[in-house]
Amino acid sequence: MLFKKVKIRLSILLTLSAISVFLIFLVFKVLEDNVLYFYSPSEIKNTNDLNLNKKIRVGGMVKKGSIQSNETEIKFVVTDLNNEIIVSYSGTVPALFAEGKGVVAEGRLRDKKFFIAKRILAKHDENYMPPELRGNLNKDAK
Amino acid sequence: MLSKLGILFIIGTLFTSLSIIFLTFKELKAIDNLIPSKIYKFSLFQLFFSISSFFVLLLAYILSDFSLVNVYENSHSNKPLFYKISGTWGNHEGSLLLWINILVLFSSLFLFLTKNSDKSFKILTLLFQNLLIITFLIFLLTNSNPFSELFPVPLEGLGLNPILQDPALAIHPPLLYIGFVGSSIYFSAALAALISKIDSQSFAISIKSWVLVSWFFQTVGILVGSIWAYYELGWGGYWFWDPVENSSLMPWFVMTALLHSILVLERRIGLYSWVIVLSILTFTMSVTGTFLVRSGILNSVHTFASDPSRGLFILSFLVLMVFSSIFIFFKFSPKENKKYSIFSKEAFIIANNWFMIFFLGVVLIGTLYPVLLDTITGSKISVGPPYYNLILAPFLIPLLFLMTSGPNYKWISNDVRSLFNLVLVLSVTFFLITFFLIKENNLLINLILFFSIYLITQTLFDFYESFKKKNINISRIISHLGFGLLIFFIYINHIFSVENNFNLKLGETKKTDYYTIKFVNLEEQSIKNYKSIIGYFNVSNKKNFTSKELRPEIRVYDKPFTITYEASINSNLFSDTYLTMSNISDTDVFNIKFQVKPFMNLIWLSVLLLSLGGVLNFFKRKKNEKN
Repeated sequence: MLFKKVKIRLSILLTLSAISVFLIFLVFKVLEDNVLYFYSPSEIKNTNDLNLNKKIRVGGMVKKGSIQSNETEIKFVVTDLNNEIIVSYSGTVPALFAEGKGVVAEGRLRDKKFFIAKRILAKHDENYMPPELRGNLNKDAK
Repeated sequence: MLSKLGILFIIGTLFTSLSIIFLTFKELKAIDNLIPSKIYKFSLFQLFFSISSFFVLLLAYILSDFSLVNVYENSHSNKPLFYKISGTWGNHEGSLLLWINILVLFSSLFLFLTKNSDKSFKILTLLFQNLLIITFLIFLLTNSNPFSELFPVPLEGLGLNPILQDPALAIHPPLLYIGFVGSSIYFSAALAALISKIDSQSFAISIKSWVLVSWFFQTVGILVGSIWAYYELGWGGYWFWDPVENSSLMPWFVMTALLHSILVLERRIGLYSWVIVLSILTFTMSVTGTFLVRSGILNSVHTFASDPSRGLFILSFLVLMVFSSIFIFFKFSPKENKKYSIFSKEAFIIANNWFMIFFLGVVLIGTLYPVLLDTITGSKISVGPPYYNLILAPFLIPLLFLMTSGPNYKWISNDVRSLFNLVLVLSVTFFLITFFLIKENNLLINLILFFSIYLITQTLFDFYESFKKKNINISRIISHLGFGLLIFFIYINHIFSVENNFNLKLGETKKTDYYTIKFVNLEEQSIKNYKSIIGYFNVSNKKNFTSKELRPEIRVYDKPFTITYEASINSNLFSDTYLTMSNISDTDVFNIKFQVKPFMNLIWLSVLLLSLGGVLNFFKRKKNEKN
């Protein structure tokens, strides 16, 4: 009788742990497939095994005098003061998008010099800079 | 002058809190069964001091007293009165004062309103709550004093970030604060229950109202925040799975789990330890959320002024809180008497808890993973909405199914079975109608739609039944109906949302598949504290030849210099037409985002319905207590 009780408990425990392991595996698998890596233009230049099909984020400053617009898209150059990349985007730019200011674009690379953005990130105040970008610009300044 | 008065009140709060701690500590050893009136008096004084300190800060904002650093940094004399008032809690220091006020308020309310409860349980709850109050008062005084003085006194303030000058955002923080700071009272009560060894049922009864109150405010707070994000951020979305939003959602999951497991505990059926763990976890999640938001370690679209020293303080507090809770939990671990079987009504309620904890885990991992990866490997990443949608959506199906069949489990077997089948048949019919109307091919979305329709139909039947029998839990029906509708409308909205982005010059016309958008006119206006550029757009529907005029704005605030884009939304019950325009750096080209979003208002209403269930439950309890 006691043995049976232990057996039932053990099977419940095993089922539960199997489910948990499966769920944890699932969560991390989906997570790994859906994280967006952040690159600066220099990192894009120096990385050799970039997957062009994967969505990434590119950040830096909008180069002065680089914004061009036509009926369907705007184009601008993102620079980290060492290297640059052209970004093409169609959509609304956030309120603080301007030349000489920090920007983060989300989308895919066409090649190492050309980025097609699906989203430009909004920022709440003019002093704001994404933490990831802050780190990179400081590194470059040194 | 106001600065000194404010600090005086803060010191008063500190002193009374210390006295309460001292008195309750002394009272623990006393044998008699009466709480001395001294404690009540001190509690009243504490409430008075704390509220007064808040009013002093409020007054400083209304009078634009720039001798306070806090007012100088966050206000401006020609700001509208309403935003002067909301500016009080629109910054870190002021919101911390609000935080303390809510801690104090809940402390006193608990003392005065909890009746027929064990004395040592009440005393201990008060003790723990006041320890929390003291900790945050010390934080306020040493690190984030809203009453710090500035000399010489500046003539004008720096102004409040215009994006925060908005009615929804003005009331959003207090609502959320009542929600997640309110959870502190059952955190304290849980620890007190462990030590005082109070029986599980009276514990459940004494915290249920507080859980309901905080859950309601948390729900409405999240709703108001979403509505704000929808019309103010100008992307037309209402939920971005942003870390800041996630940190308000995480306590909500735990509160919802707690709400359900209390139902089981209330009837003496077990789960005591689990309810205690959830009570502790709720406040822990609230503090974790505050830490994530205030420390600035997360990359969020909603940036707050952040400061590492604040983060460090909250983090140390969090660690201390978690470890002492774990210690108390294991030292005084409660005796459990399980009486429920695997296929009982209780088991279905517990199923809710499994889901909530799973959702919490998913959101927590998604929020913290970037921080961990950055610390360990240095890679900068962010986790986007696809992760959450992919992981959470499939689990909505079993959740919706359990929400439908769980509450009716007991009476499936007898005469209600015919009704049950009728519900199923109706649901299938409704679903088929929906299917042919929307022609969606995705299996997952179809399943979610079907099960949400099933839940809606079932709850509507339950609603009808409850009128006939008058013994069915109406609050449960309303909340579950709200949830079913919410999921249904979210998906319908997702399927039918249309978005077009294009650039236009004044006078030009753009034709999309169903709409013609004409840029008619451009006007400039000067309003109190900003300059506004208003665009006049004529949007006509090609199908039914109706046309609407939309007037999006670009606002240029000068104190502090900020540009905001105000979306123009033409909204009715079934569909929103949403248009934002932005100017591309000094050209005559305007960047237009045009969206048609069905059922937005019904999404908001569904959430209101969901929260209404909580209100009904709260008042039903009050009525039952009187009888």
